[in-house]
Amino acid sequence: MLKSELAGASTAERLSVPRSLVPGRRRGVWGDRLYQAAVRAAVLVFVVVVLGIAALLVYAARPALAAFGWRFLVTADWDPVAEHFGALPFVYGTLASALLGMLIAVPLGVGTAIYLAELAPFWIRPPVAFLVELLAAIPSVVYGLWGIFVLAPLLRSWVQPGLARGLGFLPLFQGTPYGVGMLAAGIILAIMVVPFIVAVSREVLLAVPTQQREAALALGATRWETTRLAVLRYARSGLLGAILLGLGRALGETMAVTMVIGNRPEIALSLFAPGYTMASVIANEFTEATSDLYLAALIEIGLLLFVVTVAVNALARLLVWSVGGAVKEVRE
Amino acid sequence: MADGIRITRLNAWFGPRQVLRDIDLAVVPRSVTAIIGPSGCGKSTCVRCINRMHEVVPGARVAGRVELNGEDLYAPGADPVEVRRRIGMVFQKPNPFPTMSIFDNVAAGLRLAGVRNRAALHEAVERALHHAALWDEVKDELGKSGAGLSGGQQQRLCIARALAVEPEVLLMDEPCSALDPIATAKIEELIMELRKELTIVIVTHNMQQAARVSEWTAYFLLGELIEFGPTRGLFTSPRDSRTEDYVTGRFG
Amino acid sequence: MSRIAVRRATNAAMNILAALAALVVILPLVLILGFLIFRGSTALNVAFFVHLPTPVGEPGGGMANAITGSLTLIGLAAAGGVPLGILGGVYLAQSRDRRLPWLCRFLADVLNGVPSIVIGIFAYTLIVLPMRRFSALAGGVALGVIMLPIILRTTEELVRMVPASLQEAALALGLPQWKVVLHVVLPTARAGIITGVMVAVARIAGETAPLLFTAFGNRFWHRRLDEPIAALPLQIFSYAISPFDDWHRQAWAGALVLISLVLVMSLLARLATKGLYNRRGTYG
Repeated sequence: MLKSELAGASTAERLSVPRSLVPGRRRGVWGDRLYQAAVRAAVLVFVVVVLGIAALLVYAARPALAAFGWRFLVTADWDPVAEHFGALPFVYGTLASALLGMLIAVPLGVGTAIYLAELAPFWIRPPVAFLVELLAAIPSVVYGLWGIFVLAPLLRSWVQPGLARGLGFLPLFQGTPYGVGMLAAGIILAIMVVPFIVAVSREVLLAVPTQQREAALALGATRWETTRLAVLRYARSGLLGAILLGLGRALGETMAVTMVIGNRPEIALSLFAPGYTMASVIANEFTEATSDLYLAALIEIGLLLFVVTVAVNALARLLVWSVGGAVKEVRE
Repeated sequence: MADGIRITRLNAWFGPRQVLRDIDLAVVPRSVTAIIGPSGCGKSTCVRCINRMHEVVPGARVAGRVELNGEDLYAPGADPVEVRRRIGMVFQKPNPFPTMSIFDNVAAGLRLAGVRNRAALHEAVERALHHAALWDEVKDELGKSGAGLSGGQQQRLCIARALAVEPEVLLMDEPCSALDPIATAKIEELIMELRKELTIVIVTHNMQQAARVSEWTAYFLLGELIEFGPTRGLFTSPRDSRTEDYVTGRFG
Repeated sequence: MSRIAVRRATNAAMNILAALAALVVILPLVLILGFLIFRGSTALNVAFFVHLPTPVGEPGGGMANAITGSLTLIGLAAAGGVPLGILGGVYLAQSRDRRLPWLCRFLADVLNGVPSIVIGIFAYTLIVLPMRRFSALAGGVALGVIMLPIILRTTEELVRMVPASLQEAALALGLPQWKVVLHVVLPTARAGIITGVMVAVARIAGETAPLLFTAFGNRFWHRRLDEPIAALPLQIFSYAISPFDDWHRQAWAGALVLISLVLVMSLLARLATKGLYNRRGTYG
């Protein structure tokens, strides 16, 4: 490699560099070998960890995989005593709560991103973006705490009776208003996922070249028409990626959902009814799993969650990267 | 006869930095006016003030008067959207909408204005593409994406897009700086053609181009208008020594 | 209405809708922080910081063990995650290879999206099962794995921003590459890398799910790293779902302490990189 050749002491001597700055040739070479080995090892460890997660999950879930096969996904009885395990209620609960959360979060998140990147007066943008960033930094367990003691009572005594009165003819809004349940989980998920959708969408929108906006403005388009014509069309795959990233979060979110969803493995149509998600059942029952098969079944749920979120995130990343190589990664 | 664009005491800023100082300039209708000057002299800002595009940049500010046919474009009731519809603009880098077909690119402005009739749209798009000397090259692939065209074709597509809404003025901000000599020659030819019907203001860093295409030339330096006059006079017998330094190549 | 009037009205309507969306998004932040300060501050006292939890039904006590536990876990995670992340990030930024860095970036972003509870299962099968006990070590490994992709990506991005000319100048002096990285590249990227570390710490400080069956929680002080250890988020969780009012109050106090820690880290991280990136302006 050119750089290591350049690093030889003789080059430095020819350039008459002070002796003190020049290491001995041997030390330089050994130091570089050590350095190369260290950085390579670090990357290797990282790759091994990622592959290790997949491998260990499969390994540890083997008893359940062998015992139930595909039926695991479509049977609904979860009976640790009889050792019958079917994950359907959890799959349903995860999908339903995530879907509900996304229904609320997507319009709000994309709308906020459009506001922050395109429509808002310039002076408003930094403080609002900062507040959204703070929202992303709040730990899950704190959302859960707030959900139990503020959101759930609010839903129980005001929102759910109101919905039942107004829209009670729909099966979605029937049943006893407990407060905790699918609706609470959906709302908490929406609040938690929105900052991610806003942050990634905003980055995607900012990656749209200025010339595109100018083209539309110069044609006599209003701000909104410019956004619709030049920005949103250009950024649509990136926005889809942002939404998928949010979905990935919603599917795997654990603590806050566990604290407000009610934790009952039932499949009910009503949003007032309690439910259970894949992540919550792992959180609640993992340390109580007494038999090997029980533990393996829980780990299989974890494996399922891993596969689904990896797929969703991989797709999302590719979409977000497609809009602009310069798009910064947004993490909390 | 309309009296073209009249700029009076125009000042412009980016944040605290003043980029234009007390510009007075009258553009003759149905002519080509070139704005030349070293980079950073405010020539782009000046044309962007004419169609109120300067103010869309964060922190940018404008003061002064710009009139089109006697109407103050910065009057309190003036709508920038309406101003920009009347004054078309072509940018340095070709910027067709990559998600739209060639047809939709040209039709974009008309659709904004509410033209829905298919036949009318077709007719207007064809006319604009003819005008931009692009029709023969793209007439069989109107449904294809504009992003697939060559740089010069893309720039002519942008010109067609601007022409489709039948503006009174066409502003061109260094329209050839991203193009090769052949594509540049085509655009220059097109400018000569268009000046019969349109008022054109073109910013260029290329003095030969200014000399070739324009009837009037304005020389900007450090945000000030140094000299304005018929192109030939400005290049052969400049009144100001600073202009002379520039056009003879001793500076910039 | 004329066409232009309709267009103006649409424009105004969309502006208002988008602003309303932003308002609705911000509202929970105000509500959550408001309740935290209101409920948390009344329950916060000196005992909270210096005492162990009391047995069930006995009022008083604190979360001193959970606070030190959280700090221990963060330290353990950082001890592994920070050096690995920085070294890996440097390698990715300087590698001439095209595919490996791309793959690692991709893996890092995907790993960053894997639910933390799944990372918990990983640490459980890797550490808890063979050792046959829950331990601080397992919790630290879980949190370290969560930190790793964040630090890796930040470091890589920032090392990439160090001008190549700077490195070439140093290499031309005859310095070996490791010295160039140590004395030229990393110091130049330092502020950004520190930010990355703080962002990662802010993230793991609040993680609960991966600790449930690794660190497990402990009502007493931990003495060794191979035994269960308390953590602030775990304690908040178990108190929040308990039936006791006094524990609920302590959960709020714990949440206030936790969020203060997390927000201070996030703010510091933000200040450290002010003007470093995300300065990209846009026309709107």
